[in-house]
Amino acid sequence: MNFGLSDEQEMIVSTVRSFVENEIYPHEAEVERTGEVPPELADRLKQKVIELGFYACNFPEDVGGAGLGHVDFTLVERELGRGSMALTHFFGRPQNILMACEGEQRERYLLPAVRGERMDALAMTEPGAGSDVRGMTCSAVRDGGDWVLNGTKHFISGANHADFVIVFVATGEDQTPRGPKKRITTFLVDRGTPGFTIRDGYRSVSHRGYKNMILEFDDCRLPDAQVLGEVDGGFAVMNDWLYATRITVATNSVGRARRVFDYALNYAAERKQFGQPIGRFQGVSFQLADMITEIDAADYLTLAAAWRLDQGLPANREIASAKLYATEMLARVTDATLQIYGGMGLMDDFPIERFWRDARVERIWDGTSEIQRHIISRDLLRPLGA
Amino acid sequence: MKVLVPVKRVIDYNVKVRVKADGSGVDLANVKMSMNPFDEIAVEEAIRLKEEGVASEVVAVSIGVKQAQETLRTALAMGADRAILIVAADDVHTDIEPLAVAKLLAAVVKEEEPGLVLAGKQAIDNDMNATGQMLSALLGWSQATFASEVTIEGDHALVTREVDGGLQTIKAKMPCIVTVDLRLNEPRYASLPNIMKAKKKPLDEKTPDDYGVDVSPRLSIVKTAEPPTRKAGVKVGSVDELITKLKDEAGVI
Ligand SMILES: Cc1cc2nc3c(=O)[nH]c(=O)nc-3n(C[C@H](O)[C@H](O)[C@H](O)COP(=O)(O)OP(=O)(O)OC[C@H]3O[C@@H](n4cnc5c(N)ncnc54)[C@H](O)[C@@H]3O)c2cc1C
Ligand SMILES: Cc1cc2nc3c(=O)[nH]c(=O)nc-3n(C[C@H](O)[C@H](O)[C@H](O)COP(=O)(O)OP(=O)(O)OC[C@H]3O[C@@H](n4cnc5c(N)ncnc54)[C@H](O)[C@@H]3O)c2cc1C
Repeated sequence: MNFGLSDEQEMIVSTVRSFVENEIYPHEAEVERTGEVPPELADRLKQKVIELGFYACNFPEDVGGAGLGHVDFTLVERELGRGSMALTHFFGRPQNILMACEGEQRERYLLPAVRGERMDALAMTEPGAGSDVRGMTCSAVRDGGDWVLNGTKHFISGANHADFVIVFVATGEDQTPRGPKKRITTFLVDRGTPGFTIRDGYRSVSHRGYKNMILEFDDCRLPDAQVLGEVDGGFAVMNDWLYATRITVATNSVGRARRVFDYALNYAAERKQFGQPIGRFQGVSFQLADMITEIDAADYLTLAAAWRLDQGLPANREIASAKLYATEMLARVTDATLQIYGGMGLMDDFPIERFWRDARVERIWDGTSEIQRHIISRDLLRPLGA
Repeated sequence: MKVLVPVKRVIDYNVKVRVKADGSGVDLANVKMSMNPFDEIAVEEAIRLKEEGVASEVVAVSIGVKQAQETLRTALAMGADRAILIVAADDVHTDIEPLAVAKLLAAVVKEEEPGLVLAGKQAIDNDMNATGQMLSALLGWSQATFASEVTIEGDHALVTREVDGGLQTIKAKMPCIVTVDLRLNEPRYASLPNIMKAKKKPLDEKTPDDYGVDVSPRLSIVKTAEPPTRKAGVKVGSVDELITKLKDEAGVI
């Protein structure tokens, strides 16, 4: 067993870390204040990342990516997790689900996405269907040789910057012993397609500037060429590719927790009350001890899940455990850091209140903590027939 | 033209330095180490010269502990073509003195025959600012220190130097040694393809014995101490009070 990183991995980590510190941190306060990423800044960041060869580094080399393995990419995402998501969005990691593109879809979607020419967004969630993806009502029906889409998606991250979206919709229903079950198909929909609109979503306390959007389909007509994967094969596409976003949330949380922890540690060493650094009080120092223990645990749990993916081992439960533990760890670490800062932790003079707000969404998106617990426990109990 | 770039592994500039309890030096155990920032600038300049077609090959060399390999890999990932590691110490706390480093570099220069040596003006760990100058003396080459601009023109280098009170431009005969200052350029990040390629680039490992150089220390460190902590300032109520204090207490006006 070897817990060390290779020379390449060390360099990947230090390069991405330096990039985030030098190119992202200086712009965070402005994005936080305005809730917007200036388009010139977005373009500049994207261009730099393309030049560095990191754009779409999660994609295989034969489609123009960097062919990083799961552990490598998890390390990239961990360092990116330190920075503002509104800005790191332009570090460019298209949804790896695009690998399901076939034939001319590769030229129209996959390759331009990898080159950084077209940006994507992924849409599953609906106002009436969150955790219960199969409960979706957004649907596509056959009309002549085409499909006609109707319905609404909400909470769609980054759709404001998207040139196209990957949308999951219901294309029928099967009767099963446990009741009706929706069949789902994945579509690629270009911005500007008649009957498809993208509008502003809600204002979130987490990750200002990283917007969530509402998508509306009103008799939106699409040819068969827009189907990603098989008709009615949406669940297969999801299962094949969507694990990746959960491990990303886990490792982002670890990176951010390490950044936050440095604030807590330094403040505890410098802030004096009762004639000594507050870090000398066990009430504070033991919190620091717990924080770093949990951060390390989450880091190793996440990397171990990524390692399993690299080995081709089943990793569904391990990824769910990593996502669950890392996001809940981040909540505790940001809250404890704010507590260590005392009243100043709440003030926007320091970024602590922002880390605390940002942490909140991690336990919700890409499957809530409860859904992760559901995945973990089903994985354990199903084989026992329970 | 071949360019030789010496790079040193030093304590990372972001790390808060701690002096060892016995005052013998700075504690380097479990501390983040990086390439000396001035050397990074030298590597960048060498790569730019190569991209402009002025240099044909960039060779990075490091002298120190085995772990300096990481520093060399970073230089390779930035774009250097190959690397030489001279393992001259086992303990990370051993600092090879400038004269020994200069002698080793002189030996490497004799073997490699570069047309230019681009070095950092100093290493941020001990701020000696001596290696480049000593190397120039040992080789009898011209030197241009504190460079903020470097242009190679045939058998001369035009080097703008940051001197007290302004900029000085000198013409130095090639081959020459240039030590670089902070404003020469902004070093690039290692690109991902270059990171992946770095491992495949040659890295030769040598010892001081291979060059017949004695690296035993000639200096002894008497004491290392933390800089004195700054005392709290005072608030003054008015400009008049400030002037009085500057006159009577500080004695500066
Ligand atoms: C800022 C933001 C960005 C997002 N971006 C995207 C995006 O880009 N694309 C996309 O498709 N979606 C996106 N989402 C949606 C996200 O994945 C959902 O919010 C998430 O899946 C939860 O769904 P919900 O919010 O509808 O909550 P609900 O599913 O309504 O859940 C409400 C509560 O009930 C609990 N619950 C539900 N079912 C169970 C159960 N079986 N057992 C126990 N408890 C249960 C949940 O854990 C939760 O606590 C985003 C969400 C947010 C907030
Ligand atoms: C919105 C707001 C409004 C306020 N309004 C008022 C007001 O109207 N009037 C007023 O006078 N004050 C006010 N306060 C101040 C408030 O009472 C202080 O913020 C509070 O007492 C904590 O002090 P501090 O923020 O300086 O944190 P610190 O005292 O610096 O504490 C920092 C951290 O160290 C811990 N710590 C400190 N000492 C010990 C110890 N001995 N053992 C273990 N842990 C320790 C603390 O628990 C905390 O986690 C307000 C604060 C806020 C945020």
